[in-house]
Amino acid sequence: MKQIQLRQVSKSFGDVEVIPPLDLEIEDGEFVVFVGPSGCGKSTLLRLIAGLEDVTSGQVLIDGADATAIPPARRGLAMVFQSYALYPHMSVRRNIAFPLRMAGLDRAEQERRVDEAAKVLNLTEYLDRRPGQLSGGQRQRVAIGRAIVREPTAFLFDEPLSNLDAALRVGMRLEISELHKRLSTTMIYVTHDQVEAMTMADKIVVLQHGVIEQVGSPLELYRAPRNTFVAGFIGSPRMNLLEGAEAARHKAHTIGIRPEHIAISTRKGDWQGVVGVSEHLGSDTFFHINCPDFAAPLTVRADGELDLSYGSTVFLTPDLAHLHRFDDNGLRLT
Amino acid sequence: MATQHSQSVARMMMAPAVILLLGWMLVPLTMTLFFSFKKYLPLRGGDLGWVGFDNYVRFVSSSSFWPAVATTLIIVGGVLVITVLLGIALALLLDQPMWGQGVVRILVIAPFFVMPTVSGLVWKNMFMDPVNGFFAHLWRFFGAEPIQWLSHASMPSLVMIVSWQWLPFATLILLTAIQSLDTEQLEAAEMDGARPLGRFWFIILPHLARAITVVILIQTIFLLSIFAEIFVTTAGAFGTKTLTYLIFQRVLESQNVGLGSAGGVYAIILANIVAVFLLRVVGKNLDA
Repeated sequence: MKQIQLRQVSKSFGDVEVIPPLDLEIEDGEFVVFVGPSGCGKSTLLRLIAGLEDVTSGQVLIDGADATAIPPARRGLAMVFQSYALYPHMSVRRNIAFPLRMAGLDRAEQERRVDEAAKVLNLTEYLDRRPGQLSGGQRQRVAIGRAIVREPTAFLFDEPLSNLDAALRVGMRLEISELHKRLSTTMIYVTHDQVEAMTMADKIVVLQHGVIEQVGSPLELYRAPRNTFVAGFIGSPRMNLLEGAEAARHKAHTIGIRPEHIAISTRKGDWQGVVGVSEHLGSDTFFHINCPDFAAPLTVRADGELDLSYGSTVFLTPDLAHLHRFDDNGLRLT
Repeated sequence: MATQHSQSVARMMMAPAVILLLGWMLVPLTMTLFFSFKKYLPLRGGDLGWVGFDNYVRFVSSSSFWPAVATTLIIVGGVLVITVLLGIALALLLDQPMWGQGVVRILVIAPFFVMPTVSGLVWKNMFMDPVNGFFAHLWRFFGAEPIQWLSHASMPSLVMIVSWQWLPFATLILLTAIQSLDTEQLEAAEMDGARPLGRFWFIILPHLARAITVVILIQTIFLLSIFAEIFVTTAGAFGTKTLTYLIFQRVLESQNVGLGSAGGVYAIILANIVAVFLLRVVGKNLDA
């Protein structure tokens, strides 16, 4: 049982309550992603689990035992930092071996584990270099290597990919997912990027202002967002959230419809609008359509072959099966 | 530099400063060299002609030469050890968040603003005076016989005074270095199981290595030529005669300009050895 539980955990910095009391359970072997806009307290939550910050109240349970007062090193967790936090004066080998050295393992065992981790992460030929001589992706792998050798109960990742360029990010995303499949160790991953959350997670925890808005699998969150915040945050491009007469017609304060659930036609449809900016991705095209009925332009996904010129009139038809309805508190109506 | 044109303009702009500095350096240097080959006794006949390397031989073979070199090295070494060790300790303390941080930091830096002559006199008269000094009162309060600081413990006293002056410099450089350490590195080390002492030894100290080198080299340059502190406290007595002080005595007290100049040339050679060393090491550190 390598379970992590948070019970009524809260955190305040001085008078400012960053995280109001919250409960969360993380099962053994799960890949959990904390996602939310910057400043939502997701990193703080991770640091509370790691023990780098003290909880203001509540309990952190690891394997069923209260770990609230246990120092970070003895919680059996390994963390990968946003800046990688490699030790610049040590070689890659010594960086990866550092936690083992601190644990007092003998040299032969240190060597064995470092070589093993290096093989897994394709770092064997870089072992004698300094971190300063490595590329961003390689540094990231060293940081992961330093976490792996400890054979931790769980891995904690604090926005590990945000310093990498887009292409590398996609690659590292796959590598981390693959690592999770191979090690099947619990991983907690913090990111502000909902694409990372959707692609990697078994379970997503959406946070806003320190409050958990929704917990669920990526598809649960996509199909049934609990409120307008989650609806707008999960999915790319964002869900169109509409208020006013059209919403009232569906007996709701706000209705949400994803860009992929709107059909576009030049002849007939429910809503009439004028084509604004169009973004061509090749496979798809995203049109921004200005409708006189709605305040904000609607985003609509269409096939990449469809060509509509700026300013032409089009008709839109929402797929009612995928229409989301929310009340005046932003909560989902069923 | 971007173009040939901007390069030559830059040279012209720098020329006045370079020429001024060269003159500043070359005139005294040439005069020292000139006098070092002469027998020149201002009050006993003035310029008595060329004597070749006589002054150089006499300066080195004087019974005061090697003790003076030893004294210089002991003061430099002692002050370096004390300022670096205490500097690291103070920097670590000052890096901790505390109430009145700004005021405390200014107070720590304060000794650096006191002129060497003044601080030497303050230490001599207010702290180390065997009758009325603070230390004498302190010793008597505990029923002990006051120490005759500047005569019986002259070298430790001097090292103490000079360390007090240079500690702020070391602290300041080391504090800024500590503050530039990425906190995530310390947190990573904490997660990796390093205890506070381990974090200091494996993370903070290696990070400070460059700053410590800078402190050591810069201080060495300045400490090689300390003079005022010795002049106002012991006046070179009780085994506190450094190379600089020996030169001063040869030129002004013995009124032997030639001999003193030869000593000056030795001092220049010593300082240049250190300067080359400094440029090598510090320069390399700054590149990395």
